[in-house]
Amino acid sequence: MGDLMGIVNNTKSGTLLKELSDNRYTAAVPFGGRYRMIDFVLSNMVNSGVRNVGILVQDKYRSLMDHLRSGKEWGLARKRDGLFILTPPYHDSIRKGDLDNFHCNREYLEKSHQKYVVVSGSNIVCNINYMDALHFHKQYGGDITVLYTEENTSTADLGNATVLSMNADGQILSMEVSPNKPKSNLISMDMMIMEKSLLIDLIDEAISKGGHDFLMDCIIRNLPRLKVFGYHHPGYVGRIHSVQSYFKHNMDLLHTDIWEEIFLKGGPIYTKVKDQGPVKYMDSAIVKNSLIANGCIIEGTVENSILFRGVRVHKGAIIKDSIILQYCEIDAKSELKHIILDKDVHVTQNNKLRGSMEYPIIVEKNTSL
Amino acid sequence: MHKKECIAMILAGGQGSRLGTLTKKLAKPAVPFGGKYRIIDFTLSNCCHSDIDTVGVVTQYKPLVLNSYIGTGAPWNLDSKDGGVTVLPPYVKELGGEWYKGTANAIYQNIDFIDHYHPEYVLILSGDHIYKMDYALMLDAHIKKQAHGTISVIEVPLDEASRFGIMNTNEQDQIIEFDEKPQYPKNNLASMGIYIFNWQLLKKYLEEDDADPSSSHDFGKNIIPKMLQGDQRMFAYRFSGYWKDVGTIESYWEANMDLLSDYPELDLYDRNWRIYSVNPTQPPNYIAPSADIRRSLINEGCQIHGEVENSVIFPGVYVGPGSRVVDSVLMPYVKVGANVTIKKSIIGEHTVIRRNSAVGYQEMEDLFRSSSERSITVVSEGMDLPQGTKIPKGLLFDQDIV
Repeated sequence: MGDLMGIVNNTKSGTLLKELSDNRYTAAVPFGGRYRMIDFVLSNMVNSGVRNVGILVQDKYRSLMDHLRSGKEWGLARKRDGLFILTPPYHDSIRKGDLDNFHCNREYLEKSHQKYVVVSGSNIVCNINYMDALHFHKQYGGDITVLYTEENTSTADLGNATVLSMNADGQILSMEVSPNKPKSNLISMDMMIMEKSLLIDLIDEAISKGGHDFLMDCIIRNLPRLKVFGYHHPGYVGRIHSVQSYFKHNMDLLHTDIWEEIFLKGGPIYTKVKDQGPVKYMDSAIVKNSLIANGCIIEGTVENSILFRGVRVHKGAIIKDSIILQYCEIDAKSELKHIILDKDVHVTQNNKLRGSMEYPIIVEKNTSL
Repeated sequence: MHKKECIAMILAGGQGSRLGTLTKKLAKPAVPFGGKYRIIDFTLSNCCHSDIDTVGVVTQYKPLVLNSYIGTGAPWNLDSKDGGVTVLPPYVKELGGEWYKGTANAIYQNIDFIDHYHPEYVLILSGDHIYKMDYALMLDAHIKKQAHGTISVIEVPLDEASRFGIMNTNEQDQIIEFDEKPQYPKNNLASMGIYIFNWQLLKKYLEEDDADPSSSHDFGKNIIPKMLQGDQRMFAYRFSGYWKDVGTIESYWEANMDLLSDYPELDLYDRNWRIYSVNPTQPPNYIAPSADIRRSLINEGCQIHGEVENSVIFPGVYVGPGSRVVDSVLMPYVKVGANVTIKKSIIGEHTVIRRNSAVGYQEMEDLFRSSSERSITVVSEGMDLPQGTKIPKGLLFDQDIV
């Protein structure tokens, strides 16, 4: 405890989630009924004893700031250390890469007093304690430890994945970003641990050579000369990189073993508190295999779906295989199947919407149908 | 320290002994209520919405749960630099200390705390009522009428009035007489135990009351009648809306069931008047394919595989497959195994009920007996009921019985 700090790198994920990421980061995309993507990595860090977290942001970060505020909900509103929002460099040139963000916040890294740093993306849903990985890192004596998961290549969706090749000693020999033909089923979790001083050196060096991409220029280019080990995380890992994977990993939470692993068995997942009342199931409600967040009032039918906070489902409405974000209202006799409703969508009476499992329809924020 | 116009004092020291086993380990204001709250959340949230930023909570009976629950007051926005919430247990002075002897004495012993903020007015509240009320409006009325004391009242049916402290008023709602539990009530305005006083005046009465050895040091019995005798301007402030003193097991159960009607008088979903509480950090509730839920409140962290009807289920509760929960209140983290029947019961926090058990169980022949006895079954907190346990209807089941 105490010698690990965290960096959450949000700068890369752009428009992968279509309408859901139109006006917010992937990090701020709502997930799992009452969370936003960043809650998972942030809670994992806090539950691992990390008390100093820097969050690299690029643009469109208003909704993220609104969510995080002082960091109080994660126990990060602190006199010493705590939560730091690391804003992008101020220049009007076209955005080149995340390395520039690291570089212009170099002073924060230097000033932080922790010896080790975990750098993580924010589009991973998992429940992990970084202390085990840090212990592994110290024990193996490598320069960098990359956390990875083993996926079943025949079924897993490897889009936008970073695929690792490792030797028998667990050393990573190569990393390929979204390869056409993956050489292995070992997928980076976009999380790595190293000494903070090494991170600063790698940033300085890459910048001086004209680099712009953190993963490419700091890590992959240095694989031949650094000792980089892989640390296997055996648990559930949801990598959200497309609408399809967003849909799938939300729906995965309807399996009680995954629900329990993500939310109950490890440390708790913290999020912004909304002080909503309990879920009210009325006489006519029929709810099966669904995840319902507080503040919902349900009179209709909900099956195989995820309802965020404050959703109203009126009598006779039928929702199946859908994800309904907060404060949506579904009027009587409407039917939804394979639909993602963004925040504050109002579906009026007798509307019938149907997407498909592979291509769920996304309805934009604040629309009325 | 800034001078405050009005500060609130919440009386939260009562044992609530009529709640039996529910208050065995905690004070009445800390008893869980309404699916995700504790009783005191309503009063604290009212303070927050009424812009009262300085609150003293007077505690005495089993204060541990209550103290740690209130914490810094952050959930109710009461963690401010200037004021905020302060928990006030009895303390020892130069000549020794003593317990709070009554509601008025509890305030008397905290005169220094109140003086610290130099308030013009003091709002006296009770920590064990369920209601939503804007105290700022009551304070406006108090100031407008140039009152010395204002007592919030609610209309009750005349035939029930003899259970309450009744205010007899003139046309301007000035109180001319106070009847504590009158046999023949002349009016139906019942005191809600909510008072606003001009602090300097109240202080004088509290000091006089303390010097009176015959006094029972109670607002209703001593201070209010004394002020009326002293010709102080006392007004009734009429409140309409939901207000409930959950003093007994029956009224506690009823108040929970009140929330299950289609449009309950107490709206928990008003975005402009949220009821704040300490967040349990639990995921959305999971309703399994085998579950059947009707007319119920269910909270975060619950996993429901069985049937739940007309019940209030607190966070983190598990209901196993084939089980049936009807007309009941399940407090936080209760675990119910498979094939359990729970009828008209209140189950305390963290209690485990293993499979094939029945709670609130009624023998066939009992159906024909006169049902004058208790109908609600209560299982105390932290129990572990082995499989096949049968707890008959109306029993208050706790460790002592085991």
